[in-house]
Amino acid sequence: MSIDSATAAKVAKLARIKVEEEDLPALAQEFNAILGFIEQLEEVDVDGVEPMVSVTPMRLKRREDVVTDGNQAAKVLSNAPDAREGFFSVPKVVE
Amino acid sequence: MLDLTYETPKAKTIAGAKHDWELVIGMEVHAQVATRAKLFSGASTQFGAEPNSNVAFVDAGMPGMLPVINEACVAQAVRTGLGLKAQIHLTSAFDRKNYFYPDLPQGYQISQLYHPIVGEGEVLVEMGDGTARTVRIERIHLEQDAGKSIHDMDPALSFVDLNRTGVALMEIVSRPDIRGPEEAAAYLLKLRQIMLYLGTCDGNMQNGNLRADVNVSVCLPGAYERYQETQDFSHLGTRCEIKNMNSTRFIQQAIEVEARRQIAILEAGGEIVQETRLYDVEKGETRSMRSKEEAHDYRYFPDPDLLPLEIEQAWVDHIAANLPELPDAKKARFMGDFGLADYDASVLTADLAAAAYFEAVAAKTNGKLAANWVINELFGRLKKDERSIADSPVSPDQLASLIALIEADTISGKIAKDVFEISYTTGRSPEEIVETEGLKQVTDTGEIEAAVDEIIAANPEQVEKAKQNPKLAGWFVGQVMKATGGKANPKAVNELVAQKLANS
Repeated sequence: MSIDSATAAKVAKLARIKVEEEDLPALAQEFNAILGFIEQLEEVDVDGVEPMVSVTPMRLKRREDVVTDGNQAAKVLSNAPDAREGFFSVPKVVE
Repeated sequence: MLDLTYETPKAKTIAGAKHDWELVIGMEVHAQVATRAKLFSGASTQFGAEPNSNVAFVDAGMPGMLPVINEACVAQAVRTGLGLKAQIHLTSAFDRKNYFYPDLPQGYQISQLYHPIVGEGEVLVEMGDGTARTVRIERIHLEQDAGKSIHDMDPALSFVDLNRTGVALMEIVSRPDIRGPEEAAAYLLKLRQIMLYLGTCDGNMQNGNLRADVNVSVCLPGAYERYQETQDFSHLGTRCEIKNMNSTRFIQQAIEVEARRQIAILEAGGEIVQETRLYDVEKGETRSMRSKEEAHDYRYFPDPDLLPLEIEQAWVDHIAANLPELPDAKKARFMGDFGLADYDASVLTADLAAAAYFEAVAAKTNGKLAANWVINELFGRLKKDERSIADSPVSPDQLASLIALIEADTISGKIAKDVFEISYTTGRSPEEIVETEGLKQVTDTGEIEAAVDEIIAANPEQVEKAKQNPKLAGWFVGQVMKATGGKANPKAVNELVAQKLANS
């Protein structure tokens, strides 16, 4: 698989990262290097090998169904560029 | 258990210019999981709180915050799966669905694309006319809900409330087994009923507890049967997905409108583009949601913050052993044990409170009479007052004693309705009302006979007429009932009037 500038531009857009037109070829090149490495990994025969999901064998930690958090609207909103009436306010997004 | 078997309903067809078209519908139902806290945080799920007050830093997507799963949400998903006779996967896993939207502060939704917790199941969808369809469930997965955007508070701004962000949803995905708008509505309502029985979702559609994405396509007659034989989707038409519907009425309208739009395109020689659409209630049309199209590349990958979810068979068995009786089983039991008609059993099992009320009445008296009284009198009266069964002023014991009075011939069915009304408005017990108001039916034939004799003697002209025309006997019956204040046993009056007229 090979990544061209158009694909790099699409990935940047999906990630909402602004990339200048002239930087796209270099970015695509970097992607290709990464994918090349992954292709190399894919050569390893992993038939019958369970995917490793954790370095130590651990059970997913659970919480009980108890309300322990919340009631901190001021803190939640404190980093917002704009907040009004207890809401985050953003440029209008309507379908 | 009585086995309920039904005819399969016919697929909805829409007449085209040259031939009929059939509808094929699949649904993704998003049901809010009934728990106190959210899926991955300790914030409350309470509806209607002050904006952004039910928000933990995990929900707000603050850096460094890690999700910890709420075990009750897992149990509810398992319970729902068992209620839909579905496979439960002892190992499932969470994935990130990446997209940007103001109501999604993490920048991704935690969902279960590759390994859902619940696999294939089924739902029996009854259409109320003796037909029912078994709709196959493909899967149920757990995922986070998004926040809520409010667009009408400012002309240039949208306001975002994250209270709903991170609340657990079950996405229940059906196979394309639904064949018409009415079936789609009935399917959603049946899921809702099952989840209400299970206590896994509150099912409040107005509050958005239960929402559906509806996939609609059209095909020529015969094509669907080929799909069912082969499970090969190429026999079906290209589908469009109508997003985020929370009303059964609008779901039906949207399906109809969307099917007609697709038929018009196909008949004009065009092709359907697979896309996400929105139903515009005001205009009565569906339109493309372009923004969704652009973001359709969700770049799913396993969530590195969460280990796979492993549950134990013993835990699943424990949940299974504690499942309540479900709607189909309850309905079959009502039909079997109490001899109820299909329709009556459906009405009485529609919700748990009604079913419990009926059972409490039926336990003490005749089941069929109990069903008639609960459905016709009680429900009718409650509906008039817009009251729920939980607020019924007549208790099940009182209704049972009223029915017992009819069965014992102490009062007639007609007087019973008056007693019911008094009991309903005053809360007094039927026995006491009958006693105090002197409403006991007169079964003493001597007393009735006297009244009949008196009326026959006082109306010689009517007697002559009645001899010519036996139908006029009814007039005498009416007069006797009037004279006895409606308390005479109607059967005894009928008999005596006929007998006396014949002999006079």
